[in-house]
Amino acid sequence: MAPEIPDAIIRVRDISVRFGATKVLDGLNLDVKRGEILGFVGPSGAGKSVLTRTIIGLVPKVSGSIEVFGIDLDAANAAARRGVERRWGILFQQGALFSSLTVRQNIQFPVREYLNVSQRLLDEITVAKLGMVGLLPEVAGRFPSELSGGMIKRVALARALALDPELVFLDEPTSGLDPIGAGDFDELVRTLQRTLGLTVFMVTHDLDSLYTACDRIAVLGNGKIIAAGSMADMQASEHPWLRAYFHGKRARAVMG
Amino acid sequence: MNGDPTLERIAQGNGLALCATGSWTARFAPVLEQMVAEAERLTGSRPDIFIDVSQVSKLDTFGAWLIERLRRSLAHGGVEASIAGLSANYSSLVDEVRRVKATAVVDTTSMTITGVLDQIGRNVAGFGTTLIGLIDMLGAVLAAVGRVVIHPSGFRLTSTVHHLEQVCWRAVPIVLLITFLIGCIISQQGIFHFRKFGADIFVVDMLGVLVLREIGVLLVAIMVAGRSGSAYTAELGSMKMREEIDALRTMGFDPIEVLVLPRMLALIIALPILAFLGAMAALVGGGLVANFYGGVDPEAFMLRLRDAISIDHFIVGIVKAPVMAAVIGIVACVEGLAVEGSAESLGQHTTSSVVQGIFFVIVMDGVFAIFFASIGM
Repeated sequence: MAPEIPDAIIRVRDISVRFGATKVLDGLNLDVKRGEILGFVGPSGAGKSVLTRTIIGLVPKVSGSIEVFGIDLDAANAAARRGVERRWGILFQQGALFSSLTVRQNIQFPVREYLNVSQRLLDEITVAKLGMVGLLPEVAGRFPSELSGGMIKRVALARALALDPELVFLDEPTSGLDPIGAGDFDELVRTLQRTLGLTVFMVTHDLDSLYTACDRIAVLGNGKIIAAGSMADMQASEHPWLRAYFHGKRARAVMG
Repeated sequence: MNGDPTLERIAQGNGLALCATGSWTARFAPVLEQMVAEAERLTGSRPDIFIDVSQVSKLDTFGAWLIERLRRSLAHGGVEASIAGLSANYSSLVDEVRRVKATAVVDTTSMTITGVLDQIGRNVAGFGTTLIGLIDMLGAVLAAVGRVVIHPSGFRLTSTVHHLEQVCWRAVPIVLLITFLIGCIISQQGIFHFRKFGADIFVVDMLGVLVLREIGVLLVAIMVAGRSGSAYTAELGSMKMREEIDALRTMGFDPIEVLVLPRMLALIIALPILAFLGAMAALVGGGLVANFYGGVDPEAFMLRLRDAISIDHFIVGIVKAPVMAAVIGIVACVEGLAVEGSAESLGQHTTSSVVQGIFFVIVMDGVFAIFFASIGM
């Protein structure tokens, strides 16, 4: 049971999700503080992505309530929901860039839909966003199929950040990147979080990301949050999965 | 906290202060852009300008960039404006924006007359490339057939049967329905017009010759091009997009042998069967209409049909079917393997697979008509 946090940007209460007869999430509670980077871990298939997709409304839940920015998403009407959706950005695991649009059009797409700004400002903001995620303006004319895996993640992040959201969901942002690329990406998330005052909800398996980027870690198991807290709390925990995860061979290598 | 943004000009002796207040965020971007443009215009060439942002309650990339744009435009006019009162929260954002290079993003897709002409020219020239691609695929398929004949263990029976189910068995209901209806329509129209000359019974000649020689196989080939040709292109195209075909190749398999050959073979077996079933359904439909609408009883219909048509008519029709199937299959596979990374490309190639498939089927039909006329069949 997560402790009550007063200024929570996401407040998940008693969520249950089923696929057929399988219970994926079972009475799960979770709070995400404003301005923090929350790392979300758990064994493969435990439902990390399902929870993310439930919060953003892609997976229907059986019971429970979800509040984002203090707005109950079930009670909200279409306009209020759209207002919330405008304030968050999502980086999907495979990037989910629109394959028939160029990088420039991908980044400008949400801005063009929500704001009535001039093409000049759109182009300037695109260059600024590309710069923020560490890409050169030259990639703007390319199509997603002409980008490397790391570049796809960066462009997808730039698109997620296009409207200057307050909250960003990252689904395994560093999977499939080389360790140096992954390290750069963690650094990037940290920098962006500082400059833009973001709240970041990051599903990850990357221990390096947990060490370097995250303020707080939540662990999912058996459809519930097993533990939530700082890295030190995680390492001190006696839970068998946590011990295996944070004291395993890979974890020791990361800690040095 | 979310007050509307403003940008006031306050004269200070020789200089000028530009005071920004309120929320400089994406939400207000259109207003902000106008205010900044106006400030750029009205500020003139005062020697001493500073931009005061201490009253700004909220700042994001859009606001920070517009302030930076104002600063740059003043600098361009020879005035180095300083930014004052920036809160510590936002200083890193402003620094980040300051690093943005003013590179113009060039839009390459412009819609001009020359662009349209250019596209037409490329498409016309591309037709030759398409033909070469088809011949290339035909050669590759024949080579694969040769390899399979030498090493029969390389033949993929399961895959062929699977595709046969998809393109033949599952197509039977729709093919029967449509050809039945077409038979009814031909018969009705024939009776309606022949009746004026008292030649009702000749509708049987027309129906028999037309259905067996031309309509049956042509109609079924067009249906198969739309139904199965498009499916082949979409299947191969999405496999190409997900690098599945590259994966096959690196494992030492020939995609032509594994993917194209079973599909082609299934189509070549399926189309004659479907054409035969379609012709029969059209004759049944025509016979029923002749009976109920034209008063030609079934015995008279059958007798007349036996006189009017010979086995030659049937052979002329059915011989075309495998050739048309091969054309449809080759076009569909060439288009499928030509798909590139985007969803749009998949759509374009599927469309062109069906369009080209139908076009070549009709061209082939014309070529066969000339051939059979020359040999007197």
